[in-house]
Amino acid sequence: MYKSYETSFRGHRLSFGEKFWGISFSYVLLICILASVGIVMLYSAANGNWHPWALAQLIRFGLGFGAMLVMAFVDIRIFLRFSYWIYFIVLGLLFIVEVAGYVGMGAQRWINLGFMKLQPSELMKIALVMALAKYFNSITLQRIESIKGIILPLAMVLMPVGLVLMQPDLGTALMLLFTAGAMFFAVGVQLWKFGLVITGMIVSLPIAWQFLHTYQKNRVLTFLDPERDPLGTGYHIIQSKIALGSGGVFGKGFLNGTQSHLNFLPEKHTDFIFTMLSEEFGLIGAIFVIFINFLIIAYSYVFALRSTSYYGKLLAIGLTTSYFLYVIINIAMVLGLLPVVGVPLPLISYGGTVILSVMTGFGIILAVNTNRNINIGKD
Amino acid sequence: MNRDTDKGKILIARSLFLGAVQLFLLFLLVFRLYYLQVYQADKYKTLADENRISTRLLVPPRGIIYDRHENMLAENRQNFQVLIVAEQTPNIDKTLEAFKKIMPLTEDEEKKIRKDLKRNRGFVPIKIKDNLRWEDLTKIMLNMPYLPGIVIDEGLSRYYPFDNIFAHVIGYVAAVSGDVDTKKDPLLEVPGFKVGKSGVEKMFDKDLRGIAGNQKLEVNAIGRVMKEIESVEGISGKRIDLSLDLRLQKEAYDLLGEESGAIVMMKVDTGEILSFASAPAFDPNLFSSGLTSQDWIELRDNEKKPLLNKAVSGQYSPGSTFKMLVGLTALKHGVSTRKTKSFCSGKMTLGNHTFHCWKDAGHGYVDMEQALQHSCDIYFYEAAQKLGVDKIAETAKEFGLGFRTNVGIENEKSGFIPTTEWKMKRFGEQWQQGESIISGIGQGYILTTPIQLATMISRIANGGYEVKPTFEKLDKNSKIEFRKLDVSQYGLDIVKKGMYDVINTQGGTAYSARFDFNGKKMAGKTGTTQVRRISMKERQSGVLKQEDLPWKYRNHALFVGYAPHDNPKYGVAVLIEHGKSGTAAAYLGGKILRKALELDATDQPID
Repeated sequence: MYKSYETSFRGHRLSFGEKFWGISFSYVLLICILASVGIVMLYSAANGNWHPWALAQLIRFGLGFGAMLVMAFVDIRIFLRFSYWIYFIVLGLLFIVEVAGYVGMGAQRWINLGFMKLQPSELMKIALVMALAKYFNSITLQRIESIKGIILPLAMVLMPVGLVLMQPDLGTALMLLFTAGAMFFAVGVQLWKFGLVITGMIVSLPIAWQFLHTYQKNRVLTFLDPERDPLGTGYHIIQSKIALGSGGVFGKGFLNGTQSHLNFLPEKHTDFIFTMLSEEFGLIGAIFVIFINFLIIAYSYVFALRSTSYYGKLLAIGLTTSYFLYVIINIAMVLGLLPVVGVPLPLISYGGTVILSVMTGFGIILAVNTNRNINIGKD
Repeated sequence: MNRDTDKGKILIARSLFLGAVQLFLLFLLVFRLYYLQVYQADKYKTLADENRISTRLLVPPRGIIYDRHENMLAENRQNFQVLIVAEQTPNIDKTLEAFKKIMPLTEDEEKKIRKDLKRNRGFVPIKIKDNLRWEDLTKIMLNMPYLPGIVIDEGLSRYYPFDNIFAHVIGYVAAVSGDVDTKKDPLLEVPGFKVGKSGVEKMFDKDLRGIAGNQKLEVNAIGRVMKEIESVEGISGKRIDLSLDLRLQKEAYDLLGEESGAIVMMKVDTGEILSFASAPAFDPNLFSSGLTSQDWIELRDNEKKPLLNKAVSGQYSPGSTFKMLVGLTALKHGVSTRKTKSFCSGKMTLGNHTFHCWKDAGHGYVDMEQALQHSCDIYFYEAAQKLGVDKIAETAKEFGLGFRTNVGIENEKSGFIPTTEWKMKRFGEQWQQGESIISGIGQGYILTTPIQLATMISRIANGGYEVKPTFEKLDKNSKIEFRKLDVSQYGLDIVKKGMYDVINTQGGTAYSARFDFNGKKMAGKTGTTQVRRISMKERQSGVLKQEDLPWKYRNHALFVGYAPHDNPKYGVAVLIEHGKSGTAAAYLGGKILRKALELDATDQPID
């Protein structure tokens, strides 16, 4: 697979055939498996009906699949060239949705595209990674390790995070922060700077607490003690644990989850779909889904590390981390390890924007793999 | 260039570390899943079942109560109720309006319905009306197409086909009230479940209730029933066969009519109670369907106290019906013999106190049989004076007075038989001879209940055996051995002869109540007790006639008797509050005893 003679070609353009055969079919297969699990679960969530979720999800996955393929065929240098542009366009959309929505017709997080509602904050997860990758690609290690060098990328992170927080969407804001943090770490920002920031955050936590909405405070408090409010916010997590635990090793069987089908489990088609899966397919089903996710993430890392370009590596790592965060936050949340912050399980939870953004991300990762031997400069 | 290589190396190294951290975190999830789904699975399986399974109790039909000839005295009737299910109607107001045109609702009823509708979820049926009559039911059925959301539900409710007649024996059922320990029987917690509140319904409540069935239902998060998982039928309540005879009970109730009083009749050999009436009574059906406050106030404030069970809870001076016991005591202790005579001049004096016979002119010389026949007071004054109260009390207790019979009806009173010791303890005073004298005619401190008097007369009639009253129907073939009382046949023969003469010999106080049914007659003794004191002044100016007194000042009328006179089978005690004279009570006693004898001559004897 590895063709060493190609490394020196700087201006080489890959042919369509090269690009097609460069796509990792096993990676695509893993994605399809996961999406199929999602559709099966949505079919069950509607008590064995294609409506209202399973069919819609299938169509969206089709669209997402298309978006993935399109991305996979893009030359990585195009991504590099337009990284900042994309970032600023998405930031603009975010601003419009936030400010216009805020001033105008109440909080509105999305732009209606007719067939689906597009959330700019979701696109920002990709745009931010692209912009940061481009920035860190363009500067030296020396600059990365200097204070001055991280001021600009910090601003690039904090602007969208601030806008998303105003919505208020704590889950997305945290994901943007963690993704960016992972990238800062990967490029070599010294650990003491992280230590400083974390210490600063802990110190300012009581102040930040004042700015949280009551429902957000409740979520955190309820996470710390679910029994505090067994009929209100704590109800979700208690019922989720009951559903999971009662599923046992082999589960209650497809369409037989009592907690889910008798509506004890809230949000079973969105945030708590992993719970429903674990109730019906047990520990085995749950581990299967985690294992597929593990494989997708592992493949992504392999693609990242195989890329010869710094930009490509960082782009793939950022996108993979973003995907990983979805998975870990959602599952940890339904397992009662994290507060209920409203993060879906990509490809399985019902929701259009997430599929589109995650599939776009996979497309870019595939492109990184296809273009792994394209040598690109710092610009 | 060198720095560039470093930049790439750092990226690779840190990325590998990042990947390792992510892998580790994913592994943590697996660990947590294992903890929840394997280690704690049992706990959560139980919790999941508690969520989804709702257990409901199935109320078993209450046991049927029969008389001794298998006539139903308390049964379960189909009870139709109308319910409304909010989610099954597009417009609740419209449905209610349409319903009101068919069956009007009071403002209170409508308020309650609207409150219940607000409080419950849309699929919960709300009761609109209970105990529907047939014509209303058919009207609603006909109009069902215009009444969306209206549902008819069928249940069982207690029904007493003889209304007032058995009110004080059978009692009634009503909703469980607060002071009952619901832990003993889960049925008690079922909303709308009714328990026996008085009479036989209370006495045999545990048997009548039966054992609850179970229905396990799968419900969803908002409580809607999805399906039945399992259903175990309960066990119906046991049937109860009572000793009562419907025909005699009806007769007793009819005989009392408008009067306030009680009739208790039993078999003298077994103690089986054949009729047990207290009047006036109430309709127990009103209690089981829910009494209106209007009805309640009427019952509570009625001068004749329909709610009081006079047969066991009413305490009365036995008056002259007590004289047999004084006579038996005198014969036992040798104070009198068959031939001993006393002279009655109409009064006797002790110190400066005068004791009057009911007959001012006096009875002249009388022996015990004659004294009983004419109910001469002087004869028994003298006997009691010689005996003293304690010996009389001994006999009275032997014949069942002064103790509860424990027949099983609630609020039974024990009556009272005084002794010298009691008076000393109670008042710290010596017993006065005068008090013994009036005890001789069943006045003074002595109190008895009608059921005690029925027991007393049965013990005299059966030849002196300690028969005990019971409501349970006994097996015909089983022989019950009762203790022989400390009384001589000689004594019994004398008082029985006296009682025979009361009814059947000219001059007897109840001669007018006599009957002769194929040679079978009755024997008995009347009693008339004053409820007010007759003053000296009144005696001189002439005692007012009973008819001229207000009802509540008239004398109580009592009668104890048995039949047939020569081979007694049935004993009866009759009380008529303010019935003026014992003869009136004897009249009722005669009727019911004759009825019993007549029944025995039909093809369905009492047995």
